[in-house]
Amino acid sequence: MEFLADRERKLSLAELDTTQVLAHATQQSRQYKYDDFMIVDVDAHHYENESFDDMLPFMENDVLRHLSMASRLKGARAHILPPQIGTQEMGGRINRSRMRSEEKTPGSKVRDAQIAHRWMDAMGVDYSCLFPTPLLNIGMHPQSDMEVDLCWAYSRWLTEKILPDGDGRMYTMLPLPFSSPEACLRHVETFGDRKNVTGFMVTTVRNQGVYDNAYMKVYRAMEERGLALAFHSGPNWAEPVFKSCNRFISVHALTFPFYNILHLTNWVMNGLGERFPKLPVMWIEAGLAWLPFLMQRLDHEFMLRSCEAPALKKKPSDYMRDMFYASQPMEVQDIEAMECTFRMIKAETQLLYSSDYPHWDFDLPSTIYNLPFLSEKAKQNILGGNAARLFKLPPRNEAQKANLLKYGNIAA
Amino acid sequence: MAEAFVSKAADFKDGERRIIIEGETEIGVFKHEGQFFAYSNYCLHQGGPACEGLTIAQTIEKIMPDKTSKGIHFSDTEMNFVCPWHGYEYDMKTGECTADRKLKLDKYEVVQRGEDIYVLT
Repeated sequence: MEFLADRERKLSLAELDTTQVLAHATQQSRQYKYDDFMIVDVDAHHYENESFDDMLPFMENDVLRHLSMASRLKGARAHILPPQIGTQEMGGRINRSRMRSEEKTPGSKVRDAQIAHRWMDAMGVDYSCLFPTPLLNIGMHPQSDMEVDLCWAYSRWLTEKILPDGDGRMYTMLPLPFSSPEACLRHVETFGDRKNVTGFMVTTVRNQGVYDNAYMKVYRAMEERGLALAFHSGPNWAEPVFKSCNRFISVHALTFPFYNILHLTNWVMNGLGERFPKLPVMWIEAGLAWLPFLMQRLDHEFMLRSCEAPALKKKPSDYMRDMFYASQPMEVQDIEAMECTFRMIKAETQLLYSSDYPHWDFDLPSTIYNLPFLSEKAKQNILGGNAARLFKLPPRNEAQKANLLKYGNIAA
Repeated sequence: MAEAFVSKAADFKDGERRIIIEGETEIGVFKHEGQFFAYSNYCLHQGGPACEGLTIAQTIEKIMPDKTSKGIHFSDTEMNFVCPWHGYEYDMKTGECTADRKLKLDKYEVVQRGEDIYVLT
């Protein structure tokens, strides 16, 4: 395959092999002896659209299933997921994306598991939480029944066909069809006890308010089961406020934190942290730089207008420090600002490493490991100990067990 | 200083590159407009294979004297190479990161001896 560049320059690649693409990550993994402590990637992705022929038959409604599967036919002018305008791969500069669908997977396990194991092994990752890709935009779907059925099909396909091939190293937090609280509850009741399901995920590119009374039974069902609730952000140029942006860099920079800021603010101000104190809540893929801003902003407003948020028994930032955060993308530009951010969010116990691989702005474990201000305990907690504690993930060797014990992330 | 063989000169066409692995060191060697340029193959960002991605012209924004913009275009003179992991762009002629020119890849000297091209490691 040739990649078009400017001025008649082309880059030729014979084939894509994830192990080869990440050869330098493997070097880091060996150099830093990652095998000796647990590394958990709480946000990695696969491309479910490349397996729609296997996934869509799990749709329950016969008409929606027919429409969706017919969209796969050659020449069909049909799109079953909301479009996303943008140039994530920057005109071929991120070249692995273009050949992804052609990567060979000759092994006996399902394709997505084979490819996931390649990047996990290359990076030194012991466990990965697998999330979809195009489905992250499902919150913009105008048809609630389609959202419900696509989430249902994905959850069945993932838990029945993909995760069983994960050698116990892959888990998930399944996407909730958030436009239908009733369907969300059915999702939790159906899938919440399945193997490798550690919680559920709300795609935050959406307009529903997380405080709606209709969701309380959903949160309660998750809390009762000891599951986690994750909010996963994304880009959206179609959001009215961002239509004035004329470059994707602006949209990408702003929309990811925007949606998490929006939903987290609604979560906190409505006292949901008080109502569900045992429900772990995690915010994914918005970086960390927005957190000091939001903590200060919400605390300031709360001191002036606490009458509007009477369910709170402490400051908004205190509830935020009870929450968990996925690390990617690590905006390492001002190391002192980052150190301050880590202090403000209690990173040693609340931050969890995430790669976001194979997406274009992925982070290696070294983005945590190389931070000069972290203690060895903090490094190991963030890279895997916190996730091991939260999701009850077992160590994979004696050295990992010893380190988890040393830092209190498993019981003696 | 050691020399590592890169290629026969006749086999190294303009616009091509070679990745040379010498022990723990990886070096990307480019031939651009008849000149050779060689840099560390480890991106300054997260250690990606900095020299193994696209080569592409620098983008420039044409700002007119009245301060209006005529949009983004490719430069006719400046060529970059791009780390394929995350898109860090480096100036082909200097190895500087184009987003922050204080950051520079380690540069290596390339020599031709007879028909052979070597990089000095």
